[in-house]
Amino acid sequence: MTRRSRVLCLALLSGMAAGAAADDLDDVLRSLSGRRHGETKFVERHFLSLLKKPVESRGELIYDAPDRLQKRTTEPRPEDLLVNGNELTLVRGGRSRVLELDSYPAVAPFVEGIRATLAGDRAALERAFHLQFSGNAAHWTLALVPLDAGMAKVVSEVRIEGEKDDLLQVEIRQPDGDRSMMTLQPPGQ
Amino acid sequence: MTGRRARIIAPWLIGVAAAVWVVAGAHYLTDMSAFLPAKPTELQSLLVDQLRDGPASRLIMIAVEGGGAESRAQVSGEMARRLRGDAEFSSVDNGAPADAERDRDRDFLFRHRYLLSDDVAAERFTAAGLRAALQETIGNLAAPTGLMMKELVPHDPTGEMLHIIDGLARTRGPRMLNGVWVAGDGSRALLVARTAAPGSDTDAQEHALQAIRGAFRAAVGAAGPGAALRLRMSGPGVFAVAARDKIKRAATRLSIASSLLVIGVLATVYRSAAAVLLGLLPVATGALCGIAAVALGFGAVHGITLGFGVTLIGESVDYSIYFFIQSRRRGAVRSWQQQFWPTVRLGMLTSVCGFASLLPSGFPGLAQLGVYSISGLVAAAAVTRFVLPQLLPRALEVRDVAPLGAWLGLQRDRLRRAAPGLRAGVACALALGAIAILVAQRSTLWNHELSRLSPISAEDLRTDAALRSDLGGADVLDVVVVSGSSLEAVLQGAERAGTALRASVDAGVIGDFDSPAAYLPSLAAQRARRDALPARTVLGAALHDADSGLDLDESRLAPFIEDVDAARRGALVTRDDLRGTTLAAGFDALIVHRSGRWSAMLPLHAPAAAAAPSIDLARVAAALAAARVTDARVLDMKAQTDALYSGYLQDAIRLSLYGLALIVLLLLAALRSPARVARVLAPLGLAVLMVAAGLALGGRQLNLLHLVGMLLIVAVGSNYALFFDAEPGAHDRATRSLTLASLAIANLATVIGFGLLSFSQVPVLEALGETVAPGAFLALLFAALMTSRAPVDA
Repeated sequence: MTRRSRVLCLALLSGMAAGAAADDLDDVLRSLSGRRHGETKFVERHFLSLLKKPVESRGELIYDAPDRLQKRTTEPRPEDLLVNGNELTLVRGGRSRVLELDSYPAVAPFVEGIRATLAGDRAALERAFHLQFSGNAAHWTLALVPLDAGMAKVVSEVRIEGEKDDLLQVEIRQPDGDRSMMTLQPPGQ
Repeated sequence: MTGRRARIIAPWLIGVAAAVWVVAGAHYLTDMSAFLPAKPTELQSLLVDQLRDGPASRLIMIAVEGGGAESRAQVSGEMARRLRGDAEFSSVDNGAPADAERDRDRDFLFRHRYLLSDDVAAERFTAAGLRAALQETIGNLAAPTGLMMKELVPHDPTGEMLHIIDGLARTRGPRMLNGVWVAGDGSRALLVARTAAPGSDTDAQEHALQAIRGAFRAAVGAAGPGAALRLRMSGPGVFAVAARDKIKRAATRLSIASSLLVIGVLATVYRSAAAVLLGLLPVATGALCGIAAVALGFGAVHGITLGFGVTLIGESVDYSIYFFIQSRRRGAVRSWQQQFWPTVRLGMLTSVCGFASLLPSGFPGLAQLGVYSISGLVAAAAVTRFVLPQLLPRALEVRDVAPLGAWLGLQRDRLRRAAPGLRAGVACALALGAIAILVAQRSTLWNHELSRLSPISAEDLRTDAALRSDLGGADVLDVVVVSGSSLEAVLQGAERAGTALRASVDAGVIGDFDSPAAYLPSLAAQRARRDALPARTVLGAALHDADSGLDLDESRLAPFIEDVDAARRGALVTRDDLRGTTLAAGFDALIVHRSGRWSAMLPLHAPAAAAAPSIDLARVAAALAAARVTDARVLDMKAQTDALYSGYLQDAIRLSLYGLALIVLLLLAALRSPARVARVLAPLGLAVLMVAAGLALGGRQLNLLHLVGMLLIVAVGSNYALFFDAEPGAHDRATRSLTLASLAIANLATVIGFGLLSFSQVPVLEALGETVAPGAFLALLFAALMTSRAPVDA
């Protein structure tokens, strides 16, 4: 095999790999979209340069197809975040306020990323993020980089890790190096 | 003779010119203030302030309907952009943040956070206080919105900014779609504008509405063709403008129609154009003088008073009818002046007594009606008596209506031939029947709701209710009002009331409240907060102690120490510092300053949980009382408004009875015989009773204008009765015929004038019409049968 054909082969192989990855992503999204409702407990560790050691929060994540997502934080400070379509409701300290998701770049990447992934909506994902899928349908990682400049200023990447149609971890990375790591409890545990 | 003529006509012309000048320059009011007391109690004056100038009075709710959701949102955004640049509006909100303003707001709040936050106290900056605050901030960082506040932490680790924003937060707003507020079902885009001018300034409100329409047209134009969008508006200002237009239209149309009809009747009767024209002079002079007198006496004329002007045509035209018809005979003006003028004058004075009873009313609307009627009637009668004789052309000849009078006399005598006992019996039976009906319906006889006088259509009210429910928290009806002698005093009071109200929010009694002190705390509170800030070294040490047990990196908090130090040395915040922010409008809307008295408004929001949004105001009042906030009062606007009108009605009824007593005294003095007074008043009383009973039977609830109408029946009818009273002996049969004809024609004019009013869509005019038209006719009929003692011609 000539050197040239070897290069060609590698290119073809990597193309095939990319194709396979794309197929795997479609498989994963398809199986995710089959789930209409899900709720799971989470533990989230926040690594912030302001803090000497990470702070931990706990709560529950509830999803209803196609576009309702609720993040109910119970510790250390109760705060309820509910997203329905583009309507964002925040309940904190007995006060509720309704906002529009679009105008909150600090919240939008997390919500859009998880919600579109759970809905298996690849088009929605591609509208908001640059997608990078690795692994296979059994164990996968989906890295989402916001396309919107406003969002990118607050969140540099959302990394979702999963096994088949379960999400295991959601990591949010910020441009200043701060990050948070949310670990989801697999159902039944 | 010419010298005498000039001596009479010149003053009249000068008077008319002066009146025209006053009327042209007068200020006209069409707001609710005609129905608000001139010398209110404290609670009433708070209500008046609210209705006239309060935040609720400045609200214009705007809906964009039709077309697609996206074009609605686009038009909403474009309208908001245009209207925000218009000085007519203090604020325009469509849900989308106006970036420049929001930045200025944030900037202001952030810069002054240590003066604005009510969490600032000496304990908060001790090691223990800081530890608690920092702990909370760390917790907040871990919450879903933590990312939003991360940048603030080095400057504001105690979270004062967040606390201030929470304090300014309103209850749940409308739904958002495509970046703007929309109705619950998304079918219309919503905007809320607050006018810079108070709601009572109807001219300014009309300008504001035009500005909104202009912005809508421009925005639709920008959206391109094919956007079939519609604009809807509601709110107190919209109602005031609509009511003014409606009353103006109705009053104009009706006065033109009734003038034409009356002129038609007069032309038919007189068969002389000169007589018709001359006959209108007393009417026109009377109306002019009435309005001028009101303008001079009150400084401004209420729309309702003008509307009433139509009604004066009905009565003042009578004077000239009497003059022309009665003086035709023998061509002798002088003999009319001797024979008939005393009777006309007495009738006029009787009317004046009736309307004089309205003068002491505490309500400007009623008092103005009194002034208007009195000056109008006096002027019309005087012009008839003094000016008309001077202007009569020598050759003026009006048609002889004696045959009509003779025929009427015949008909009357036919009825009168029945035994006097029977007539009295029938009258008594009618009176008793009417009284029985009125007594049976006494509980529902009077309507006590002010809204019944409003010319706003049911459909407009439905639109209003729909938009209010779409906008949710924007509906301000229940308010806590704190009054005091200075801005500082009411801000301090608002802070004390706020503490009590915060507890009511926690207890779920109210959903939330707004307070001017949330925008601008009292100087005392600011000073206390500034004094509570520690010196740089003290704060550094406390922070070090506090942080030892915490995970926050102390080295990152240098900006915090700098900012606290700057705040310690900085100036206090005043109203001027709010300039350029949306907070200025929010603050101004909640502060009323009138004639040296200051009031702070704290609008209450209904608790979200309640199925029907309502607030238990008694519990709020109890909470304020328990917290010993004595200068704060809870204002239930709907209940207060109705109570106010109810008092107004009671006032009017009471005064009318005084007026009746005054009339009896006047007639006793003039006629010197109780029996004659009784004979004059009996037919009028019977007519009033019959009309009231008739309205009650027809399912009508009587309101204030029905009462004014009854006064008018007495005023108009007293002329008839007095002529019949003066009939016997003094005149021959032919004169009696002429008198009878003149009364019948005058009555026809009155019935036409008021009959037209009863077809009006404006409730106040309708009420007047349906009372006076039948009442005047009945008064003539009963007076003819009951008062006259003229011999029955065989």
